[in-house]
Amino acid sequence: MEEMVIWARELVKQFKNDKTVITAVDHLSLEVASGETYGLIGPDGAGKTTTIRVLLGLLNRTAGESSILGFDSMRSTYPIRERTGYIAQSNVLPADLSVLENMHFFADIHGVARAVQEKNIPELLAFTGLGDFTHRLAGKLSGGMKKKLALACSLIHEPKVVFLDEPTLGVDPVSRREFWNLLENLRVEKGLTIFMSTPYMDEAERCTQVGLITRGRMIVSGTVAEIKALLPGHLLEFVPSPFKPAQQTCLPLPGILEVQVYGEKLHIFVDDIETRRPQIEAALASQGIRHNDLREIEPRMEEAYISLVNRHNSTSLGKVQSCSGGNK
Amino acid sequence: MIAGSSLIQKQVSTPPVVVENLVKRFGDFVAVDNISFNVRAGEVFGWLGPNGAGKTTTIRILLGLLKPTSGKTYVLGLDSNLQKKEVHARVGYMSQQFTLYNDLTPWENIRFYGGVHEMTPAELRPRIPEIIHMAGLEGREKAMTRTLSGGWKQRLALGCAIVHKPAVIFLDEPTAGVDPISRREFWELIYQMADEGVTVVVTTHYMDEAELCQRIGFISQGRLVALASPAELKKAQMHGFVLEVTASNPEQVVRILKTAAQTKQLLLDEVALYGAQVHAVVPDVTVYKERIRALLVANQINVRSIEWIAPSLEDVFISAVKFPAENKSV
Amino acid sequence: MEINLQRLVALTRKETIQFLRDRRLLFFILGMPVLQLVLYGYAAALTVYHLPMAVVDQSNDPKSRQFIAAMVNSQYFDVTLYLGSQEELTHALDLGQAKVGLMIPPRFATDVDKGDANVLLFLDGTDNASVQSGYSAASLVAQNEATQLQSWQISHLPLNSSSNSLPVTTLSRVLYNPNLIDIWFILPGLVGVVLQTLAVTQAALIVVRDRELGTIEPILSTPARPIEIMLSKIIPLLVLCFFALALLVGIGVFWFGVPFRGSLILYFLMALLFIFSSLGFGLLLSVRAATQMEATQYGMVFMLVGMLFSGFMYPINNMPLPLQIFGSIFPVTYFIRISRSIFLKGVGLNFVWSDAVMLVIYCVVIILIVSRVFKQRLD
Repeated sequence: MEEMVIWARELVKQFKNDKTVITAVDHLSLEVASGETYGLIGPDGAGKTTTIRVLLGLLNRTAGESSILGFDSMRSTYPIRERTGYIAQSNVLPADLSVLENMHFFADIHGVARAVQEKNIPELLAFTGLGDFTHRLAGKLSGGMKKKLALACSLIHEPKVVFLDEPTLGVDPVSRREFWNLLENLRVEKGLTIFMSTPYMDEAERCTQVGLITRGRMIVSGTVAEIKALLPGHLLEFVPSPFKPAQQTCLPLPGILEVQVYGEKLHIFVDDIETRRPQIEAALASQGIRHNDLREIEPRMEEAYISLVNRHNSTSLGKVQSCSGGNK
Repeated sequence: MIAGSSLIQKQVSTPPVVVENLVKRFGDFVAVDNISFNVRAGEVFGWLGPNGAGKTTTIRILLGLLKPTSGKTYVLGLDSNLQKKEVHARVGYMSQQFTLYNDLTPWENIRFYGGVHEMTPAELRPRIPEIIHMAGLEGREKAMTRTLSGGWKQRLALGCAIVHKPAVIFLDEPTAGVDPISRREFWELIYQMADEGVTVVVTTHYMDEAELCQRIGFISQGRLVALASPAELKKAQMHGFVLEVTASNPEQVVRILKTAAQTKQLLLDEVALYGAQVHAVVPDVTVYKERIRALLVANQINVRSIEWIAPSLEDVFISAVKFPAENKSV
Repeated sequence: MEINLQRLVALTRKETIQFLRDRRLLFFILGMPVLQLVLYGYAAALTVYHLPMAVVDQSNDPKSRQFIAAMVNSQYFDVTLYLGSQEELTHALDLGQAKVGLMIPPRFATDVDKGDANVLLFLDGTDNASVQSGYSAASLVAQNEATQLQSWQISHLPLNSSSNSLPVTTLSRVLYNPNLIDIWFILPGLVGVVLQTLAVTQAALIVVRDRELGTIEPILSTPARPIEIMLSKIIPLLVLCFFALALLVGIGVFWFGVPFRGSLILYFLMALLFIFSSLGFGLLLSVRAATQMEATQYGMVFMLVGMLFSGFMYPINNMPLPLQIFGSIFPVTYFIRISRSIFLKGVGLNFVWSDAVMLVIYCVVIILIVSRVFKQRLD
């Protein structure tokens, strides 16, 4: 517990709204070790932003415990703020300040000595590719550059942990890729621990540890490989025509563990490819359903998410067991 | 009321959506830079691009909401700019902000949109329950729209967009902010409509969603960068192959490979860390598998596996942006 | 309360730069008060000249004619109708053919010599401005002509309508404002009202804007303390309001020609207290206001209150007690008194100390409340 850089147990956050009480975070637990890139993955409204805010002490914690670098979120909020960097979802840095002025502002606010600033700021700006834009007003930067500036400002005081709340929302793929590469380089260079939230399932693949969250609850957490291992069997994909009959035909077949709809394709989880593929093909043929090749594909995070959420919602036992726990 | 589909029969030779050499400038800024493409009847077409790339501008021009600087767009054979009203009557549009009225019930929302499209009460009477059923909102049609969750609102918004049985529908980022399960269900609806002959154009900035389309047009900085089905794009557009390296000390692997790329020792592209694995784009699979393995082993790295993996759409997109000279449309 | 200087300076510098670079905002902040001053200065002038007057002269002697002439010469009245009886007079007022009715009873000259002359003044009660100006002007003329003025208000409304009470301050105004130049009376009060509106609205906006745009979050997530954040917002505003004040006083003195008879230093010192407490009010409001729109509306409410209950337009003594108490909650009430006193009477601290003390108490209370209210978290 002490080595964990970010830690939460049974975290609860409720919002009182007139007469209703909304539970945004519902007994959530997580742990992040030093040097990890942790991804909190879940759709809008799942509670990602709220979780980050409670961890950082920006919101009052309703119940449970949480700490960063051993400092409690509620009782030692200022020490946490001195040692962490944060890019909020809104990511609105003072627009009327130039890039350089912004950097100095955040450096001063964190008590970084002027001499140190003179050395570190140019370095950081060059690293993030903002070296030529020092006098550009922050409000006039492109979306991708604004994110980079936010990243630079969040790192100027050399924090050990950085929180990023949906940092790549709406950003074009090239900039997104660049941002991720930048982040990873910084993590390696400076030994950072990164905690990020994202609704993009594919970004999970870039994290070392992942937590899937829905409606304030942690469904499962672990490495990407561990989570995918929770998926039943192997995944077959094909395009049937007509669609609905194909779905109905396949569902009751033996060895079919799960069926997911993917646009005009069907995703079928089977226990064994060699035996089930021909069986499915035969069943479809007998119904006069046309289809292309049944390909085996690698399940992605999104398939995992859907499968796990469905099981979570339908299991009478409640949550699917988390697979990493605290045995690190 | 079957006006939409009969039009399809009549104009089966003309694609329902045509964009011809479209250019749109806002002052000095070129938002759309000479784009041409068609959408086939009954197709689910993805219009993909990051925010600010020009995709919303293109849609607005198609809908007659903006005038093109030059070039032409046609919907169902009608000129978007000169025959706006006719286009509006035959097209459904679901905008990003839902355009649902939160203090009306679903029933009232559908009725409102029916009225907006000049449907008579006689036409509306059977249609509203149809839409409620399609959206799965039975039992909820008299609740306040504000109380519905994101996924339900989306289905309702879709319903409102098709109340007048349009032959072509434009959906602007329809599943933004919606959880993956609701998104899948929503897409089931889309494909059902496509089955019935409706042409669907979906705009999105979300790569994963684009995979669900039958054909995709990529737009980046105003230019059409690629136009093909997801599978074809991955095959034909990708400039190189993606290798996945699983080894001890992934961070060190990244450093080694990047240095090799910089010194041109190995022709590598896009070396990046993916969790505990390293991805690199190479020009040849067999040759490079060996070369990379050799290099890593020489650096005392324990290599567990090097595999050729399928590129994601994002890989393809980035590759297409970097090397735009290659095949543009299929 | 821990305050780190490096942080405070950085925060204040940021706020100042943001102010200076936002041209529209600056224009608004400095331009609005000026605009308001000029508009209200001219438009709300309480004096109405050349009121149409109907006359019934039952004496028709040199003295009565002299009286009528004096009324006309004052520029406040124009004789539009000569009528024969009181009924005709009131009828003319009913019809709106005149705003004022003058009736001089028979044997006026004789009564004047005896020192016991009376004239009857009829005023259109539905037009308050006319009533006030008409009455005060007529009183003045009457005074000069050694005549008693009896005044009646005619109203188009049913019987138990508006009161007959007339402003008592007319008298005091007359004392210090012998030519009845209303702008002298309005301006010192207007400065207070405009300044209050500016301070309250901008202080509320500056906090709410941060919250609404989400720009508060990157700041709050740093080690900056709430008190530092708050101070960094107040300091530039304080300077700005001082500029505005100087501008307003300058316009008042050099454009409208209002005399400044008191000590400038004392005035600015009092203004400092006033601005500070108004800013504090604004900060308190920001807690309740969810959006910038709301904050602006609260500011409007303050402006209205400032105009109606502070003694700016309507004398406090004439108001029912509950409203007087209500008006005394607002710092502007005290400042208006101070402002008028220093401007027009040229008095020193010994005269305004009681109001000054109220302002000091305000400042202290506000500091206490605000430092409680501003938190280190978003909720």
